[in-house]
Amino acid sequence: MATPPPDPPHSDSLTSKAESAPTLQRNRRDSANEKSRRGTEESPLVKWVLISVAMGFSIIFLFVPLVNVFAQALAKGFAYYWNSLGHPDSWAAIRLTLLVAVISVPLNVVFGLAAAWAIAKFEFRGKSLLITLIDLPFSVSPVVAGLMFVVLFGLQGFFGGWLRDHDIKIIFAVPGIVLATTFVTFPFVARELIPVMQSTGSEQEQAALTLGASGWQTFWHVTLPSVKWGLVYGIILCNARAMGEFGAVSVVSGHITGLTDTMPLRIEKLYNEYNAPAAFALASLLALLALLTLALKTFLEWKQKRQHDRAQNH
Amino acid sequence: MSIELRNVSKAFGGVSAVNNVSFSIQDGELIALLGPSGGGKTTVLRMIAGLEMPSSGDVFIRGQRMNDISVQQRNIGFVFQNYALFKNMTVFKNIAFGLKIKKWKRQEIQERITELLELFGLQGLENRYPHQLSGGQRQRVAIARALAPKPSVLLLDEPFGAVDAKIRQELREWLVTLHHELNVTTVFVTHDQEEALEVSDRIVIISGGRLVQIGTPREVYDQPANEFVARFIGVMNVLETEVREGLARVGELEFPAPDQPNGQKMRIGFRPYAVQVSSDLTAFRYHAVLRRTFFLGVLLRLELELPSGLIVRTRMTKEEYSVQGLEDGKEVSFQIRQFRVLATETATLLPESDVEYQPPPVLGENI
Amino acid sequence: MGFTLFYLTALVLIPFAALIIRTLGMSWADFWHLATTDRALAAYRLTFGASLMAATANAVFGSLLAWVLVRYEFPGRRLVDAMVDFPFALPTAVAGLTLANLFAPNGWFGSFLVPLGIRGAFTPLGVVIALTFVGLPFVVRTLQPVLENLEPEIEEAAATLGSSRLRTFLTILAPTLFPPVLTGFALAFARAVGEFGSVVFISGNLPYKTEIAPYLIIMRLEEYDYTGAIALAVVLLSFSFVFLGAINVLEQWSGRYQK
Repeated sequence: MATPPPDPPHSDSLTSKAESAPTLQRNRRDSANEKSRRGTEESPLVKWVLISVAMGFSIIFLFVPLVNVFAQALAKGFAYYWNSLGHPDSWAAIRLTLLVAVISVPLNVVFGLAAAWAIAKFEFRGKSLLITLIDLPFSVSPVVAGLMFVVLFGLQGFFGGWLRDHDIKIIFAVPGIVLATTFVTFPFVARELIPVMQSTGSEQEQAALTLGASGWQTFWHVTLPSVKWGLVYGIILCNARAMGEFGAVSVVSGHITGLTDTMPLRIEKLYNEYNAPAAFALASLLALLALLTLALKTFLEWKQKRQHDRAQNH
Repeated sequence: MSIELRNVSKAFGGVSAVNNVSFSIQDGELIALLGPSGGGKTTVLRMIAGLEMPSSGDVFIRGQRMNDISVQQRNIGFVFQNYALFKNMTVFKNIAFGLKIKKWKRQEIQERITELLELFGLQGLENRYPHQLSGGQRQRVAIARALAPKPSVLLLDEPFGAVDAKIRQELREWLVTLHHELNVTTVFVTHDQEEALEVSDRIVIISGGRLVQIGTPREVYDQPANEFVARFIGVMNVLETEVREGLARVGELEFPAPDQPNGQKMRIGFRPYAVQVSSDLTAFRYHAVLRRTFFLGVLLRLELELPSGLIVRTRMTKEEYSVQGLEDGKEVSFQIRQFRVLATETATLLPESDVEYQPPPVLGENI
Repeated sequence: MGFTLFYLTALVLIPFAALIIRTLGMSWADFWHLATTDRALAAYRLTFGASLMAATANAVFGSLLAWVLVRYEFPGRRLVDAMVDFPFALPTAVAGLTLANLFAPNGWFGSFLVPLGIRGAFTPLGVVIALTFVGLPFVVRTLQPVLENLEPEIEEAAATLGSSRLRTFLTILAPTLFPPVLTGFALAFARAVGEFGSVVFISGNLPYKTEIAPYLIIMRLEEYDYTGAIALAVVLLSFSFVFLGAINVLEQWSGRYQK
């Protein structure tokens, strides 16, 4: 029927005709490309030299150390590997490490959510101070972090006397390890969440509130789903660091074999006892954890990018 | 001959973007490369610049084959859609960049830039950074930077795409003036037909990677090479009709179609200005209701609805509208003075025909 | 909100306050004496010197790595890209263990290098190696997004004006890329100064020679010399804060040409 076109239409018939010819020209095209190089790229020589140097560097500093962990761990064969992992003291270290992670990661998730929520959605005085405080554990040497807890709870510390009187052990015991680990790892979740929460803005939440949702419902159904990948990412980073923390834990643990040795501390002890294969056996578990963390991270980034691309296409 | 393309094609990863395009541009011409988005016009421009190399075919600038000459050596000025100013340099340094590379003397650079700043109305801004400039100013700095080393051709990619409507109009007029003064061969890409009609000496219409038509604004408007051009340039009413007894009919409307067999389907188009409207119901043969009036400024756009439901679009000046005493809902009579057969089952785009004799309309407004 | 504040107070503010109160309890002379013993000075020299060298190595190779990862397509690119974060994810003890092993005289690298007179294990060089590993992701990850967001048109514009590739790099790209490289350098440096786990394995912790400042803190603690440990810790802490401030200023400075 008669519908005057509102805009100049794009001609489909013309476009489809344009596809037909190129096959004949293949040979000519390839030779043209060899001759002519765009003026905005490096020459192939420069390019491959740069790639080689960069790859050499990353092989020496990234790949060889990784491979070495597993090679040394298995240097005396599988049986030795299993036995050293099964050694009661090593096994105790593995359990302690898991226990510490199980306590400190959830604590930091709750804190990270609360802090990110407060920072991203509200304006208040001292906000930048809060952000600085959250970043603090990143910039404090883990040894100094551990020391702070010793100063607080150690025998000569502020609460040391009171704690001894009540027979509560924090330093050189599990609670101290948990505290130190929590301190060192607490920025991870918050830091991942803050930018995500800020970028989603508060319109969605306001929309939910206007539709009659309660604050808690809004958080559960609107806020949380929109930040879930950032949250997962924060958790895996937090967990990797919690299980691998060395400096801070080293200060507060007291190195009591079988009781307050986490996996990294046990690795150091075995290494100092010249039992390298056993040290590497434990280390291989932590290296696996690191690889898993990287794999998850890469997967999440890929997923996010795909979601982003899809959102762009629609 | 300033620029010549001979059978130029370009494919990206096996997908053809430009297909066998040939045209030539005279010295000092101002040329618009016009077409829908994604039609290959920017690729053509980038091939002239040397930012892309043709997959096949040759590009000549001033008679010299350019295929093996890198972008650095082509002596062209290129203005990017987003200006691509060097953020870490002042306006002065931006404009001086090309001159320093060509090893101009300090004194000459200073003189050239003073001259350009004046020509572009940028005096006093030479020590500002790009982020301290308005959109229009950035645009002018970008053009000044491209023109500074006296290039043999000036190429602009959607030069008015990133500024708002009012500045756009100023920049257009300014570009024409500038081109007049400098007389450098200029090619600019645009998807805006109005812009192309207004600014350029000649228009190169590119769609689907192919050259569709090249001609003066008047030529492509009055004698479009095909239905695509006819519909792309300006607004057109398009009707699907069927021939009965030498008349192409749809609803109440009839167009003379001698020599066409009964039952022949014809697509007919006519420009809004070809529709003449009167509040005097006896003035013209067709009757319709003025359904809606859109205010466009000096011009008004009118939508007429025929009893059969057909919609016809037309335009009218404000003065005529009030003289006629028109308003929405009023019954009017109208006629169609000229029309064009866009396509039949056997042929495409027949020349324009007059329904009744009328003096040809003057192309004043770009409607 | 209340929870956030409580948590922060309990976990960060109170320990900090404790440390500061303890420090204030010392006289200035005591503090100065404890913080500047010969052994401490040697440890600072090693810590800051090695950190500086490691951060410099990271600035050079990290920039190169970021450039190659963003600009070029080659087999294994995505794998390397993912692996850049490996030093973040790997516990520092494991990093120290494997590096110490690699550079030991019978290790994969050591068996080549030691005969050449290059000793990586139990030397200051070992400290630099460990710190380079630990700081590797910083420069790459700060530079990468900047490189990705560079408009290709900027370089094309330079080319149309006749600029050679090298010249474009030096006059247009380098000034834009310098601030993020500097930020990455600063982050790597700050991390290196506080680093402990990876270093203790490879350095051998010989007083005056390969003993870093954080290790000396631990030694003081094991001697129950709390005040000595605190004095050292305060020096490191003050340094961290000054540096944190400097990084913030840097980041603002890098943003100055943006809209």
